Amino acid sequence: MFEPVILSLKVAAIATVIAFFLGVFFAYLLTKKDIPGKNIWETVLILPLILPPSIVGYLLLKVFGKRGPIGAFLLDTFGIQVVFTWIACVIAASVVALPLMYQNAKGAFQSVDETYEMAAKTLGSSPFKVFQTITIPLSAPGIISGIVLTFARALGEFGATLMLAGNIPGKTQTIPTSIYYAVVTGKDEQATTLVFIMVLFSFTLVFGLNTWLKKKNYKGS
Amino acid sequence: MGVYFKIFKQLDYFNLDAEFSIDNELLVIEGSSGAGKTTILNCIAGIRVPDEGRISIGERIVFDRAGKINVPAEKRNIGYLFQNYALFPNMSARDNVFYGLKNKKEYRDKSKRKELADYADYMMETLGISHLSDKRPGNISGGEKQRVALARAMVTKPSLLLLDEPFSALDAATKEKIYEEFSEFKRILKIPTILITHNHRESELFADKHITLKEGRILS
Repeated sequence: MFEPVILSLKVAAIATVIAFFLGVFFAYLLTKKDIPGKNIWETVLILPLILPPSIVGYLLLKVFGKRGPIGAFLLDTFGIQVVFTWIACVIAASVVALPLMYQNAKGAFQSVDETYEMAAKTLGSSPFKVFQTITIPLSAPGIISGIVLTFARALGEFGATLMLAGNIPGKTQTIPTSIYYAVVTGKDEQATTLVFIMVLFSFTLVFGLNTWLKKKNYKGS
Repeated sequence: MGVYFKIFKQLDYFNLDAEFSIDNELLVIEGSSGAGKTTILNCIAGIRVPDEGRISIGERIVFDRAGKINVPAEKRNIGYLFQNYALFPNMSARDNVFYGLKNKKEYRDKSKRKELADYADYMMETLGISHLSDKRPGNISGGEKQRVALARAMVTKPSLLLLDEPFSALDAATKEKIYEEFSEFKRILKIPTILITHNHRESELFADKHITLKEGRILS
């Protein structure tokens, strides 16, 4: 009963870390630097949010499957099979949740008044130090929102996970796939308990975030 | 030690084409909004890159298109007071003042750190902002913000001070008081200073040297 909960938390936590670094990196690159093909990059990053999860799952299966370009490489070189393992759950959750992290980080970076960054530069800070001491602290509320939403999205991921990782009890069965399985097989009590856990967890996360965001409100300079 | 400035930069509605030099004095650049005044300061500070020209501060060339020199903003050692002061809202007034100091190599040397910190404290005292040390920018008045920003720009002992409409965000009553204080402060400034304004009175009050800018060109 609790195996799916533990697996879901593990998958969501790892997927959030991956989506955080990728999301912040791409958000910084696309808002602060002049790089070619900006619109294409941005569209690709947002696509998993718009496409149905089953399509994302199908595409991931084509890429990470035994005959897919990355899947075949991993299998032949390192002997690692991705599909039907918990790694597949992490990949599916990371890809589906990445747009939320990216969008929040992008909005947060854009909301930082550029003159703060300019002022920090004229005061001798390198671009990395400006990012570390000014950009990140001032965009913290948006980035924290992104982390929470990414985690919640990763925790609730169903369609792409089912396509890529399947629904193997004790191996790849997460809370959402477990609920589906419980309903289909008539285990209503198990489904109700898992739904309760999911709702309580999501409510606590969003409530906690909103309370924190209300406290963290910098007044103008 | 002086400053030499000659640049050309294509802007949206006109071309900025200006040349001037100053010694250890206060130059006022006067002009209406959108005349290119802030762009001049940003080019000097290294925030914007001119299309052509040369900028030197004392013996040091910080920009030379022909010589392919473009010293980054963080290495120009210029004090810049922004029009909106740009005080970091996530830091106290004291942390704002010490921000630039902590980037100095000398600050990492423990024997010199105290001397530098004492100078910053002296600067805060001179500008009458010591009592604001722990306050965040959002909790202090416009005049106080201006003095904190001035202290922040000055504690790193810059080679040049840039002041972008430093009085424009103040209300009329505060402005008169700050004008008086700035006249005093100007006496202890021993570095080239460029102040830009659209207010002719400020030019009359503070300028050792004066130029008027219109659509990117110097009129007088």
